[in-house]
This record gives sequence, structure tokens and C-alpha cells, in this order.
Amino acid sequence: MNVQASQSDFILQVEHLSMKFGGLVAIGDLSFQARRGEITALIGPNGAGKTTVFNCITGFYKPTEGMITLNKRDGSTYLLERLPNHEIPARANVARTFQNIRLFSGMTLLENLLVAQHNKLMKASGYTFLGLFGFPSYRQASAESIELARHWLEKADLVDRADDPAGDLPYGAQRRLEIARAMCTGPELLCLDEPAAGLNPRESAALNELLMDIKNSTSILLIEHDMSVVMQISDHVVVLEYGRKISDGNPQSVRTDPRVIAAYLGVDDEEVETVLTEVGDEDVIEQLDTGPDSAHGPGNSASMMAGPVSDTVEHADEGERVTVSKGASKAAQVDARAASVASKPAPAAKPAAKSSTAKAPKRTAAKAPAAKADSTSKGKQAAAKPASGKRGGRK
Amino acid sequence: MAVTVSPMRDVVATPVQRAFREALYAGAIALGLFVLFIGLRTDQNISNELILVQRWGLLALVVILTAAGRFLYVAYAQPFLASLKVTDVATGLLPESLATRFFRLSYLFAAIVIAVVLLVLAGSLDELLGPDLAGYARFLRALAIIYAVASVMFYFRSFIHAHFSALGVSALALYPVIVVLTLALYTGSVAGGFQGSLKWVDNFGIQILIYVMLAWGLNIVIGLAGLLDLGYVAFYAVGAYAYALLGTHFGLSFWILLPAAGCMAAFWGVMLGFPVLRLRGDYLAIVTLAFGEIIRLVLINWREVTNGSAGVSGIPKVSFFGLMSFNVSDPNYIGKVLNIATSSAYYKIFLYYLILLLCLLTAFVTIRLRRLPVGRAWEALREDEIACRSLGINTTTTKLTAFATGAMFGGFAGSFFAARQGFVSPESFVFLESAIVLAIVVLGGMGSLGGIAVAALVMIGGTEALRELDFLKRVFGPDFTPELYRMLLFGMAMVIVMLWKPRGFVGSREPTAFLKEQKAVSGSFTKEGHG
Repeated sequence: MNVQASQSDFILQVEHLSMKFGGLVAIGDLSFQARRGEITALIGPNGAGKTTVFNCITGFYKPTEGMITLNKRDGSTYLLERLPNHEIPARANVARTFQNIRLFSGMTLLENLLVAQHNKLMKASGYTFLGLFGFPSYRQASAESIELARHWLEKADLVDRADDPAGDLPYGAQRRLEIARAMCTGPELLCLDEPAAGLNPRESAALNELLMDIKNSTSILLIEHDMSVVMQISDHVVVLEYGRKISDGNPQSVRTDPRVIAAYLGVDDEEVETVLTEVGDEDVIEQLDTGPDSAHGPGNSASMMAGPVSDTVEHADEGERVTVSKGASKAAQVDARAASVASKPAPAAKPAAKSSTAKAPKRTAAKAPAAKADSTSKGKQAAAKPASGKRGGRK
Repeated sequence: MAVTVSPMRDVVATPVQRAFREALYAGAIALGLFVLFIGLRTDQNISNELILVQRWGLLALVVILTAAGRFLYVAYAQPFLASLKVTDVATGLLPESLATRFFRLSYLFAAIVIAVVLLVLAGSLDELLGPDLAGYARFLRALAIIYAVASVMFYFRSFIHAHFSALGVSALALYPVIVVLTLALYTGSVAGGFQGSLKWVDNFGIQILIYVMLAWGLNIVIGLAGLLDLGYVAFYAVGAYAYALLGTHFGLSFWILLPAAGCMAAFWGVMLGFPVLRLRGDYLAIVTLAFGEIIRLVLINWREVTNGSAGVSGIPKVSFFGLMSFNVSDPNYIGKVLNIATSSAYYKIFLYYLILLLCLLTAFVTIRLRRLPVGRAWEALREDEIACRSLGINTTTTKLTAFATGAMFGGFAGSFFAARQGFVSPESFVFLESAIVLAIVVLGGMGSLGGIAVAALVMIGGTEALRELDFLKRVFGPDFTPELYRMLLFGMAMVIVMLWKPRGFVGSREPTAFLKEQKAVSGSFTKEGHG
């Protein structure tokens, strides 16, 4: 369906992304795209690897394999996996929020939003030296930054509390403030990690409104468990289970996908049994088992200065770790059943079906996993990118 | 506060009964604790044998004092403190606070009268009362003066609070003038006034201001950026030796070497910063502590350059921008230029104003930096480093600038210290100095300049004031030296302040920008940072 779409229609292209923590495969060969000006939702059961994908996109983790391409509006292209952590918001204009809110709780709301405009103000203050002597250029930039902060405080409906400490806000307001703070960096892609978690229905509705407003200027990538938010506002949904993509499409098609339903609600026990005996248990397990790969730990950062990833992000994502046990993936069971029913006479046809999840990424890495029409064009792009695109990474 | 006893007995016991029981417990515990500490002491007799000296009287005294203290506290102080929280039935108001009861106008008059009478009689106290009582009388006079000053401050507390920095700066600027004038009136001659001011300007004024400057410098690293630095004295040492060595070997002027020493200290701040970038919390503290010791050991052992433990002496004095010198032998000695009598006090007063200016520079830069993006980034770093990176802040350079800026002010203070002492040795840069500066920052309230200045005044001024309590020798015997107890008092003061105000004297934080009104941020929201 994306064949005709030109490269710059996609703000974000994730290709063959893998992230391994020792022997654990948190993400296995994940590919998806996010269109400009759309809200793309990333959903999946707990521990599916959604936050790990976010950490890879925003540079907190360096992916083990794969390519993450960001196409900016002005035509420049960045390979996010090569940029140091802090340059992803600064140069590639990708902003993010966190699952467990990370505000500067001892600073006021206004200060929180001013910190977000650090790089702009740093330049205006002549890297501190001009600002120290009170040059007027900084004063003007400072006034402008306060205006921008006021703009986002008004959008987030927090302007009355601008001079209160951020830690004093109720939970829902803290979520909105974190989004406002991310928007103050002037992002082209905003990554929101469960923005509706812990909100009551009214706050959730206000959040939807805010996101729809932001969508007019900024593309959004969203992790969310709250299906009412996902189904209402997102234009495109990617479903993960155990680090693999099991479904990809518009909200309606995803909602009815049996694999997604199985992933969320599970398959009946008898069904599992029949499936496993029908296909031959070994087969399923072998397909799932990519094997521990201790050589590929969390990759070291591209920056010499930044520490290893484990150092920089506390492991709040215990749930994100994948432990592939016997027949764990519900979607894979659905696939297996479908395959066993449909293609009993010709089992070799099974991998060609849309079961990207039940494949070992190593073996199929050369092929595009989702064997769709766009697979060839994507491969071409992937090959051409390092040469033609603007080089990311260190200047 | 209250000792847990079974509720049944608690209902029956009156405070006095309870106090009696608890006093017995306290006495028993004190006896158990101190029987070996105080009751027995090892000593040498005439034939160099180890003997045990028994001090049962002293032990009994300590135990009785402990029991009596506990009795008074439980029987009277606890009910009194509880009564302060009970509102009056008729008026619905809380009873008078402790402070208003303590600072009564009548007490103030009494204190002033005592102070004036004893000041007038100052010359003839020894003849009137004998040496023992005269010592107590002088102590009483000091207490009366302190009480009078404290009550005046109490009555004008709202005014003082509103104009704290203006009042503070003008008081500091006028301090030497007031000291010299007062002492000139007291001794009856201008020369006597200058001579007497030496102690007040040098031991109190300059000493305190050096620590104020060091603590303000460390405040940038710890209070703003939240990086726990236990080796701050290293930068002080770098600044001091930079001036001492370059000044003695190359004869360069203080005014050239002051910025140079600051730059060198900043350079070493970056040198320290690089390896510790990835460390946090306790690990960072240990490495910075080791860095401080490394610098000191290099100073001791690199004899060819630093002259080892013997130190560097003959460090040139600061001149008044080359126009006037403070060496009596120089042709442009200040006394000759201005046609005034020779006195060593001029140099001290000049140094006082110099360190005051350096302090004000530190305060100015800190206040300015806080309102610039770099200062906000420091505070954001203290609050949450990961969020900083998600906003595109380069945490590497941000940490390094914090280390460098803090170290630079340490270097300034160090070169001033060298110029003031005329002599530096590694002995001046031991870990204890770092600990004292850190204690001042914590006690004053991390991030607050005013609180830190007050903490330095209390801590350094307090320990200096202990030297003045000579009359205590008459009480505890001639080999009692009150200044040896200063670290004990330092520790006790810290414990008390931390119990009373866990965030230091000034626990709140001033926001750096505001939309409608500026409201201080309560200390319960700010984080201390974790490296």
C-alpha cells in the first residue's frame, strides 16, 4: 500500500531493527514507517518491546542491528542510530516523553519549558559569554522563549500554575507538562510513551484534544495501552508482541486482526494443544528460538563520552525483556494453526505467509520480513541511504 | 522525643514521676557508656610505667548531669513545648512563641545597661573584681552585646528579610571602618584603632570571607549541578601554588596571576571532570576525594618545584594596582604616598576589601549564570539527567562547565589565600578543608547564596570566637584550650541545624524566571542530585 509513497512522505523509517540484551531478544527484525503529519501508535502487550523501540529511536539504546532513518521537512536525512544521544533532539528534532514521568520537579513549570529551549538560548547567549555581560540579543531571545513557553502552557491548560514547582502538579497535569516541554524543543517527531497512563477519562479526553492539536504541526509516535486513545486518534497502528511486529495497518484493520486479538486475549488452551501437536512442537520452537547471542550486548554509544547504555537508562523496563518460552507468542500460535490448516500439504509455503513473527531474523534478514509489495523498494532505499542521504552521526 | 513506655503506666504517671524514672534510665545508660571512657584513664607515672588513674568524681558528675538534664527535659521542657502548640480557649490564639518570650523589650534594656556599665568599667574590672570574676564579667558583657544585637535583629526581622542582600553587602563594606572607628574611640588614638583592628579584620573578616568565597564556588558544583565534590580543596591548592610559584620565581604581579590561577584551576577542574563524567553519587564523591589527596601528595613529593612540606615562602604582597605598595621599604609605600603613619593594618584592610570584591564577583556570576541557559541546565541536571538528554542538552559539556566554573572560583580564592599568608604549604590543603567547605554549603542550604554566607559566618566566626574564651582556662585548668573543641562544636551545631532545618538555613529555591509572580520553590521538591 505504500509503494507509491515517496521517501519524504515518511518521517521515520525503521528497518530491520534488532535489540538484544545478552541472549534476550527485546526486538527482533522490526520494520515499520511513520508518515509525516500522522499519529502512529505502537501497541502491544506488556513486555512487547515498545519502550525499547523508543529508546532505540531516541538514542538511549544503540540498536544491535538495523537502521532508523529520520527525514526532516527540509529534506535532510538523519540516521538516528548513529547520532549521539543528546543530538537526536538537538539536530534531528525528535522529542520524547517518558513512561515514568521525568520532570524537573524542583523547577517551576516555566523553567521546565525554558530548559527545553536550551540549545536555542545557548546560541543566543553567545555560549554564555555574551549573556554574562547582559548583551541585548540574549534578552530578546529570552523574552521570545518565555513567549513560546507561555504558548505551550496555554495549550496544555497550565498557564495558571506557571510559577509553581512542577513536582507540585497533579499526575495528569504532569503528563501534559511533559508533552509541552517536549514540544518546546521544536520537534518534527514527537515520541510519547504511554501519555494516557494513569489518567481519568476526562483527562484522557483533554489529552486527545492536545494531541490532535499538536498533530497539525508535528508527527507523533505513540505508545499506548488505552485503546480508546489509540482507536480515536491514531491514523496508523503497529502491533508488537515479543519484540516482533504482528500487525500493521489502520486502527480498524488492526482491531479485527485475529493475531492481535490472540496476542491480547490469548488463545484457548485446547487450541494451543491441538496446534502444537498438529504442527509438531519442535518446529514452532525452532522458529522462535533465535539463539542467545552474547557478542551483541547493548551496543556502545557512538559518542566516546557517553557511557554504555546500561549506565545511562535505569532498567525500568524489566518487563520489556523477552523470554521466549515454548509457544509463548500467541500470535505465532494463531499463525501456526492457520498454516497447519491451510498449508498442510505444503509446509514450505508457510514462511511466505504474513508471519513475520515466527521467523528467525538471522535467516531472513536479507529478505524484507513483511513480504508485501513494498519490500523491494524498501530494500533499495536501505542500500542507497548511506550514500545519498545526509550523513548522520558525528560531524 | 517521648520515650516509649507501656500506655497503662503512662496514663498513671505524672510528668514528674515519668521524668524521675527516665532520669534514672538516662543515668544508668550514661554510667554504662562512660565508666571506661571517663572513669578510668591510662597514664604514665614517674618511672614510665603505665598506670590507671581513677576519676570516679568526674564520672559521678557526668552521670548526675545527664540524669538531671533528662529530668528537667521530661518534667518541664516537654510539657512547655507541648503547651506552645495548644491554642488558648478564650482567644483561639496560639500562646506567645518562644522567640517573643526570649526577646522582651525589658530584657533588651537590661542587656544594654549591663553592656554599657561593663564597657565603662572595662579598664578597672581587674582591680574591682579580681582576675577570676573579671573574666566572667567580660564573658557576660559579650553575651549582653550579642543578646542586644540579636534582639534588634529580631525586632526588625521583616525589614532585614526584605533587604537581606543590600544590608549584608553594606554591613560588610562598612565593617573595617566601624571596627577601626570603635577601637580608635575605645583606645583614644587612631594608631591604636588601626592596631586593634588587625584581629577583627584579619582573623574574623578575611577568614570568614575566604570561606564564603570557597563555599559559593563549591555551591556551583554541588548546589546547582548536584555533583558531590569532596576534593574541592585541590582547586584551592592549585590556585594558591599557581600564585606562590609564579609570583616568587617570575615576579609576576597578583593582578596578572589572579586570572591565571583561576584558569589553571578551571583547567584542572576539566581534568578531574573528564574521568568522572560517568560516575554518580557515592562513586563520584570517592573519586573527587582521591583527586584532592593526589594533588596534596604531588605538592608534598614534587620537591624540586614545590619545595615539599617546607612550603613556599616569601610570596610577594599584593600591590594597589602597582600605584601603592604595602612593603615599608618600597618608595611607593602607602604610608609615604598618603603621608600617614606606618601600620600593618592597611594591608589587612586592603585585603579585606579585595576578598570582599572577589566574593561579590562570585555572587554576581552565580546569580547571572543561574538565569542563563547554562545555569538552568545545571539545575536541570541536578533534577534529572536523563530528561536533560532527551531535551538535547549535552550533559558532558554541562558537567564540565560546572566543574570548571566552580574550580575557577576555588583558584581565585587560593591565589588570594597565598597572597594573604605570604606562605603556602601542603598542610593548608588537607581533606578537612574540603569537609568544612562542604559542611558550610550543606548547612547554608544548597544553592542559596545568603544561607551559605550566614553558615560561613556562624561556623568560621564561631570557631574563631572560641579563641576568645580564655577565661574558661580558669574553670577547667590552664591546659584547657577551647579552640581544640571547635570541631566538636562544629559537629554538634551541624547535627542541631540538620534536625531543625534538614535543608539548611535556606531550604527553598528562587526560580530563575517567572510569568506572573516569583514564588520560592519549597525544598521538598528540589532534588540534591546524585552525581
